[in-house]
Amino acid sequence: MDRPKTARKQDRLIQTHTKPQSTLSRALKHTGFVTGMAIVLTLIFCAVVSVFWSPYPVADIDIPNKLASPSAAHWLGTDSLGRDIASLLWVGSQNTLLVGLIAVGIGLSVGVPLGLLASAKRGWVEEVIMRASDFTFAFPALLSAILLTAIYGPGLVISITAIGIFNIPVFARVTRGAANAIWTRDYTLAAMAAGKSKWTITWRHVLPNMASVLIVQASVQFAIAILAEAALSYLGLGTQAPQPSWGRMLNEAQSQMFQAPWLAVYPGMAIATAVLGLNLLGDGLRDLMDPRLARLR
Amino acid sequence: MTTTPLLSIQNLCVSLETAQGQVEALRGLSFDMQSGEKMGLIGESGCGKSLTALAIMGLLPMRSKVTGSIKLNGTELIGMRDENMCRIRGARMGMIFQEPMTALNPLQTIWQQIAEPLQLHQGMSKSATQLRVLELLERVQLSRAKERLMAYPHQLSGGQRQRVMIAMALACQPDILIADEPTTALDVTVQKEVLNLISQLVSEDGMGLLLISHDLGLMRDQVDRVMVMYGGSVVESAPTQNLFQHRRHPYTQGLFAARPQLGLKRGTRLTTIPGQVPDLLNWPTACAFADRCAHVEAACRDALPPLSQASISSDLANSNHSDTSHWVRCIKWQSIESQP
Repeated sequence: MDRPKTARKQDRLIQTHTKPQSTLSRALKHTGFVTGMAIVLTLIFCAVVSVFWSPYPVADIDIPNKLASPSAAHWLGTDSLGRDIASLLWVGSQNTLLVGLIAVGIGLSVGVPLGLLASAKRGWVEEVIMRASDFTFAFPALLSAILLTAIYGPGLVISITAIGIFNIPVFARVTRGAANAIWTRDYTLAAMAAGKSKWTITWRHVLPNMASVLIVQASVQFAIAILAEAALSYLGLGTQAPQPSWGRMLNEAQSQMFQAPWLAVYPGMAIATAVLGLNLLGDGLRDLMDPRLARLR
Repeated sequence: MTTTPLLSIQNLCVSLETAQGQVEALRGLSFDMQSGEKMGLIGESGCGKSLTALAIMGLLPMRSKVTGSIKLNGTELIGMRDENMCRIRGARMGMIFQEPMTALNPLQTIWQQIAEPLQLHQGMSKSATQLRVLELLERVQLSRAKERLMAYPHQLSGGQRQRVMIAMALACQPDILIADEPTTALDVTVQKEVLNLISQLVSEDGMGLLLISHDLGLMRDQVDRVMVMYGGSVVESAPTQNLFQHRRHPYTQGLFAARPQLGLKRGTRLTTIPGQVPDLLNWPTACAFADRCAHVEAACRDALPPLSQASISSDLANSNHSDTSHWVRCIKWQSIESQP
């Protein structure tokens, strides 16, 4: 208490210099992160609320009002069957979240451990995993979906699974590449020298240092999953009518491109916004996790 | 010597797989190290200094072939299972690396990095670990240690990071510390400080030290015995003082002559060792230094000279260390006299 005032002031200076800002205050200052978070939260909000309520029931067909322009009754207009587009988008967000999260989830939860295993073990283990993933990679999501549909019948679950399986080798490859690069760094060697096992090092050093790569890849795969689901729905292999899907709306809009362009614009914008939100969130998370950027933002 | 040496390396050979084929990087390296002994390993780049360190730690690249024997307190390390090796690394052998800038994980705090080996090897509780980490940071003289516990590596300078590395290596009080060019990446002003610190801590704990460097000057005050390596094997080994007075191998003489010295006249060219290290793929079976040696004769190219005793009675008088033997791998050492 009786230290001179200048010394105390100096202490404070040192404190502010060395102590990084708290993660929350850094997060709130990160524009990209905040924007991304807002978009993703909105998406989740829509999906959850739409389970109980939507402006119009999505299965209601109103032929006299088909292809209506935006109006007070139908904010975003109606489609070729007179269904309210705002309601379709609103309810379609469920589908988007399900497809994106589960397909990316499958890819991450299987692909990342495989990639890490390949990178830690090297030798024949790596060979086997990587050749197996090349093999899986050779089948596009569409082909494996058709294959699965032929066996189990069409449906949302099958299409999500097919896209998820397609994601596994993508994540396995990215993970192995990034992990191999980190295994050449001195700090993994130093960790080995400290007697840590390969698994401890994988968990404590390799995974955290490659998280940014995975986050970026996950947001890309999320976008790809939404589009792949659209393609599958178009072929009748994905979401079954009347359950709305942004991807299918986009595909249905193709035939009316010139009579009712808004049919393509709205779902397209919805998909673009969702993907943008996820990318911003992913980039933001990456920045926030890196302590070296703590004082720069 | 009747006691088991702390570290005993016998006829260690390491060959690495490269794009051009198998390369013999270590050829029959042998030496013993007593507990508490400080040894220096010196030689030019590519002579196998760092590889020796990695071989002892069992951290050689996966596709390398190792033969020979490395014993730590009588336990054979070569061919040991990885799980068992993990229990020895960090706990009984510590290592300090050349580049403090990259040898720390950028995403972990200093505290996490030092605490992990302690919790791993000694199963310390959190509060005990905290005390121990602070004590370690104070021992390595990291200023404002308490505040820096939660600092990330990028917030520290090179010298400070190397101190953290030393603290990590010493955390579990190993029997032997291997320092692979610990000061090469540091500022000249900090080099001496860090070396003295290592040397002091090693003496305090009674550890064995294997100091690897290419800088003769740094060795002089820090180690009891210097081994000179050339082309993957030891060509000369002697107590430090002895080596600085009587250099017996022409390569060692070349190394000493090539040192830049104060007081040289402006414009004087520094002495170099003529020629180049032979190609590792076509390594000569005889003396590897023959092509660069000024004293070479036909016999040098016939067979690999053995490592022979080269002690003279005067050596024994002015050394206070127990092991005064001077070894040299040259058949002509008696006729080559060096100027001290």
